[in-house]
Formats: sequence, structure tokens, C-alpha cells
Amino acid sequence: MKALIVDDSSTLRMFVRKMLKGQGFETIEAADGKEALERLAEAGGANVALVDWNMPVMNGYDFVCAVRALPEHNDMFIMMVTTESELDKVAQALEAGANEYLMKPFTKEDLENKLALLGVL
Amino acid sequence: MVTFSISPADFDYIRDFVKRRSAIVLDDGKEYLVESRLLQVARKRSLTSLEELMSKLRSGMDKSLLESVVDAMTTNETSWFRDLHPFQVLKERILPEMCNGSNPKKELNIWSAACSSGQEPYTIAMIIKDYFPMREGWDVKILGCDLSAEMISRARAGLYSKLEINRGLPAMLMVKYFQQDGRNARIKDDIMKMVTFRQMNLVEQWPFLPKMDVIFLRNVMIYFTPQVKKEILRKARAVLKPGGYLFLGAAETTINLDDSFEVLRLNKTTCYRVRT
Ligand SMILES: C[S@@+](CC[C@H](N)C(=O)[O-])C[C@H]1O[C@@H](n2cnc3c(N)ncnc32)[C@H](O)[C@@H]1O
Ligand SMILES: [Mg+2]
Repeated sequence: MKALIVDDSSTLRMFVRKMLKGQGFETIEAADGKEALERLAEAGGANVALVDWNMPVMNGYDFVCAVRALPEHNDMFIMMVTTESELDKVAQALEAGANEYLMKPFTKEDLENKLALLGVL
Repeated sequence: MVTFSISPADFDYIRDFVKRRSAIVLDDGKEYLVESRLLQVARKRSLTSLEELMSKLRSGMDKSLLESVVDAMTTNETSWFRDLHPFQVLKERILPEMCNGSNPKKELNIWSAACSSGQEPYTIAMIIKDYFPMREGWDVKILGCDLSAEMISRARAGLYSKLEINRGLPAMLMVKYFQQDGRNARIKDDIMKMVTFRQMNLVEQWPFLPKMDVIFLRNVMIYFTPQVKKEILRKARAVLKPGGYLFLGAAETTINLDDSFEVLRLNKTTCYRVRT
């Protein structure tokens, strides 16, 4: 399983990377949406993307819209991982093509539960 | 300033009392936990010392204080779709089986017997709402019970913090069945009205209950002695419809406690049925 971690906080990326590696995932990382699209193209895709909302250059919402316009990444699950916690935002992300939503802060168990819901764990 | 340091005698008093009232066993080494939870009770009641709390308790005069202390000793940890697989089995196997005509009365009773703040029975309600939009004439009842009066009132309120909403609730259902309420999320009426809540102590005499098609008795018996577990399983058996299903927590079993149950391994979960 390959996971793409997109967040402008390197601390957060490290936290998520450790958890995912512990579950046997291979990980790739990016600090914003634009970089994420590049990494994704290089890597030839991923099984799941964990995507922050608020980032410079290209935010997570725009990334979701952009990646959902690319048929080659149709099968990739997208989970927003963000401090945005209004239900309106959750709805907006789902409409744009995200599959799951995790609010910060979260525990290892919260993340695992969501990955299990997506069927990637 | 409230100062506490629980004496061995007080600790023993509390644990005897809690065990008698709820069957919850507080092992040695739980002094800190007991003390900090008593502290919460004292704070809520504006009592200023452990002595004051203990003497009120020992007098037995204040029934609601007794109840609050037992309530404070319960562990209410829970989540939506906890362990996932039991709910998949409910959705993919049990509900279709029960709705396929073998149930001419078109009646379904599901019981979440130690439901904490309501995540378990509401999870069941959302599954039924989503996958079994009940045809005309179906009567679906979901009952949520717990010893803790505080948990029952929280479950009834259906109001969850961001941290609680984050625990296992699929985003689709979050959007569909919850509405923003300040910084919290409130479960919508159509799900809320599918569930009835009532306070109930599993170790006291059970009230009259309808015969259940499915019982969720999860992550509560772990706190009990084998003898108490046996007694509860015996009563659960009497409440379960023939062919009905029992779910226990991942660390719980009927094995070596009640041989009248057969163990069914379905997908990645285990459930139990009364042998025929
Ligand atoms: C850890 S929670 C489990 C909640 C839910 N069933 C789950 O699996 O997520 C255990 C619950 O059992 C309740 N409980 C403890 N002793 C009980 C008793 N004697 N009768 C009824 N409920 C009890 C507690 O109040 C607590 O809410
Ligand atoms: Mg950010």
C-alpha cells in the first residue's frame, strides 16, 4: 500500500508517516497541493492520499478538485486531514471527491479507524 | 483548595460499594483513578474534602451521591462503528436475513445493553436507515441502556464534540445525519427518534424487555467477575429471540462461561447464537 501525505507542517507529516510505516505503508510526501500533484505523477499514483486543507501555493481543496479531474487517479482514496471541523467543510470536501475526513487533532487510533473504513487497513 | 489522598480503608469501602452496586471490579493499584474520579464528584457537589464526601457516602442518606460515585467509576470509552466488523456483519448478513420474509411480523428489536453516550445504538440506527429503508409496516425498535444516568442523558441529547465525531464516524454519515450546533455536532431527529434510551443496571433485576433479534453487549463484562458474567449471559439468553444474535466486545466471549451459546465466526468478527 502506498500513501501520499500532503501537509505544510513537517511535524504533522512526520507523525502521520510514522503511524503509516508502522502499518506497513510506503509513503510519499508533499508540502502543498501543487507539489503533491508532481509527487503523485512521479510515483505513478498511490492507494490513499491524506490531505491537509490549509496550505500555501495550492490548498487541499483545490488539490482534491485537480486530482479528481485526472482519470489515472480515480481509484485513489482521498482523506482530508485538517483542523477545519465544520460539517459544511466536510460536505464540501466530499462533493469535491474526498472519501473520508479526519479532524485535527487526532489519535493514532482515530487515523486507523478511518483507514479501516476506507478498507486500506 | 481540595486536597485528597485516599486511605486504604476508604479505597476498600469505595470498591466494595461500587462492586455491590454495579459489579465493576476496581483492582489494587486503581487508587489514583478512584481518587481522581471522587475528586470530580466532590467538585461538582461543592464538597471540600475527601472526609466530607466519605462521611456523606457512609451515612447512605444521599442516594444521588451514591449514584454519582458509581457513575463516576464507570469507563465510558466508546466510538462509532467500534471494531467495524460487527457492524458490517449486521449490515451484510444479519439484517438481510431478518428482513427476507422469515419475519412475518415485520418487527425488529435491537438492544445496545451498555451503550455509554449512544454511539453504538446510533451507529445501528444509521445502518438501518441507510441500508434498510423500512418498507411500510416495519416496526424497528432500538433500545440503548446504561448504568450511568449521565451517559443516558448525554445519549438522549445526541450532542457530540469534535473529538467524539472524529472517532470512527464515516464522513458521509457525518454530513447526512448530523447538524452543526456551535462547535459540536448534533444527531438529526430522524436517527434520534429511532432509538429509545433508558437507565438500567445489568446486575440488578432486569425490567421487562421485548424479545431481542440482536443484542450488543460489548465492552462491559470485562469489568465483571466470571460469576457475574455467567449470570448476565444467562439473562441475555432469555431475552434473545430464537435464532437471534449476540455481539460481545473483542476481548469478551461466552466460552467457558455459557455453553448454551454457539460461537459463529463471520468474516472478521465473532458473534454468538443460542444452540438449538
Ligand atoms: C466501555 S463502555 C462500552 C460502550 C459500548 N458498548 C462500546 O462497546 O463501545 C462500558 C459501559 O458499561 C456501563 N456499565 C458498567 N457497569 C454497568 C452495569 N452494571 N450495568 C449497565 N451498564 C454498565 C458503563 O457505564 C459504560 O458506559
Ligand atoms: Mg496546514
